[in-house]
Amino acid sequence: MGAESSPKIVIVDESPIRAAILEEGLREAGYTSVVHISEMQSLLARIYALDPDVILIDLENPSRDVLEQMFQVSRAVRRPIAMFVDQSDAASIQASVDAGVSAYIVDGLKKERLKPILDLCISRFNAFAKLQDELDRAKSALEDRKVIDRAKGILMKVKGLTEDEAYVLLRSTAMREKKKIGEIAQSILTASELLK
Amino acid sequence: MTTPVHIGFIPLVDAAALIVAVDKGFTASEGLNVSLVREVSWSNVRDKLNIGLFDAAHLLAPVAIASSLGIGHVKMPIAAPFNLGLNGNAITVSPALHAAIMAEIDGDRFDPMATALALSRVVATRRKSGAEPLTFGMTFPFSTHNYQLRFWMAAGGVDPDEDVRLVVLPPPYMVDSLASGQIDGFCVGAPWNSIAVDRGVGHILHFVADILVRAAEKVLAIRQSWSDKNPGIVAALIRATFRAAEFIEQPHNRAETARLLAAPERIGVDAEVIQRTLDGRLKILPDGTMRESSRYLLVGREGAARPDPVQAAWLYAQMVRWGQASISPEALETAKAVFRPDLYDAALGHTAKPDSDASDAVGAFAGPAFSADDIAGHLAAFQIRRRKS
Repeated sequence: MGAESSPKIVIVDESPIRAAILEEGLREAGYTSVVHISEMQSLLARIYALDPDVILIDLENPSRDVLEQMFQVSRAVRRPIAMFVDQSDAASIQASVDAGVSAYIVDGLKKERLKPILDLCISRFNAFAKLQDELDRAKSALEDRKVIDRAKGILMKVKGLTEDEAYVLLRSTAMREKKKIGEIAQSILTASELLK
Repeated sequence: MTTPVHIGFIPLVDAAALIVAVDKGFTASEGLNVSLVREVSWSNVRDKLNIGLFDAAHLLAPVAIASSLGIGHVKMPIAAPFNLGLNGNAITVSPALHAAIMAEIDGDRFDPMATALALSRVVATRRKSGAEPLTFGMTFPFSTHNYQLRFWMAAGGVDPDEDVRLVVLPPPYMVDSLASGQIDGFCVGAPWNSIAVDRGVGHILHFVADILVRAAEKVLAIRQSWSDKNPGIVAALIRATFRAAEFIEQPHNRAETARLLAAPERIGVDAEVIQRTLDGRLKILPDGTMRESSRYLLVGREGAARPDPVQAAWLYAQMVRWGQASISPEALETAKAVFRPDLYDAALGHTAKPDSDASDAVGAFAGPAFSADDIAGHLAAFQIRRRKS
């Protein structure tokens, strides 16, 4: 795709990491004209000034409603069309909502040119969600580790156990009560807090 | 065996009947397992309802009508068998604009005609001095807030498209935008007007009840096709929300209602602020001036929960007046058919018509009494209007 035919794409997203992931993907695919807007103040004025062909916005963004106003401005020459206006591709609509993104194409851009942009967008949004999920899990594993260490300390002190014995006690209790070791450890912390 | 139902909502006080229905267990006792999903934009609520991620939604009444007409977006017939609230919005302006209007007012400060005429003098003075036009925030192109602001200012001779700017802003951004001077006023639902007053950046100029006696606000919206296929679930939902509305309207339940709504995963603001709206007793000025209204927000009382097709016709008439919809008898019928008193009555075993203070069921402060049978004739009485291009 030549630079002159590359549609101008605006990404409206308050998450700088996700926007960067998407922007990089679009550039790799040959879309050279990509602008990221992270500041929601005067959003409409910025978009008019940029005059994009495609607008991508994350669904967690309350400013999506601001974009809907673009259908209404009678003086605007070029009017955006929500992807949803064309229901012919129900699968892509479903996939984009699941991924958490919505697309608006501006009148004039051929519909078939949106499809590869949207597909890329969906896969990058999903990749970001997976990354976020892994990060959250790693964080909670770290939290669990800390809680378990503190619970072990309490057991060692109160019951005169070694560290290994304290851990075995936590683990066997968790198995018996069908709970996670982290949960048992947390209840020990809570109880010791109450009994202070 | 309980039936899972997914319902989307926007964190606003007029989602009260839905939230209470779920959190007090009224939906569960109807055999429904409802998950309430908090959303951030009306566009999301509309789209997720359209593609079936939601079975039902807390939705702006005009969005339900626009979807059914296929204007502004894809066509999706919607049934609204329950009115979640009448009124409940307010117009709040910056302290500077409030002072300017009060300096020009000739009459009672709660008389919307007096304030609208004063606004038109403020607008004229600003134009002469070369100042930027005033900017007002509202929540969505197809919103009661948009139509209420327009109806009010146009009555005083202010053309909402020519003389001022109207911009869409998400409700949680309204107060900051007013504080930063991006906008001079807004029309929005609770709790945002009270929050602007508490922060000292806004003065509540009008309750919407000043402008319209009965204004349909949010509805319980269901895809028509889904409603046809699941009449039992729809009836159970109506009964549960009706029970919730009755609960909310008992003055001794207000504190509990406010507490339920205040939860972080529901509306997430102070219970005290929410209760002001439920009580209709609001601080309107930062100096502590209070104002009471028995009509601030109606959740079920005075027959508020029963959808009234005349209300739908009035909203359609506003879409025509402001150039969003073209006028046709078919479109009018489609709009009226969105509001489903038949489903409401069937679910509750009611047949009685609600009492109404307004003989035309709307009770607007300006213009002739509303006639749902003659929209063209009715609109002819209003000078300021658009034609659909």
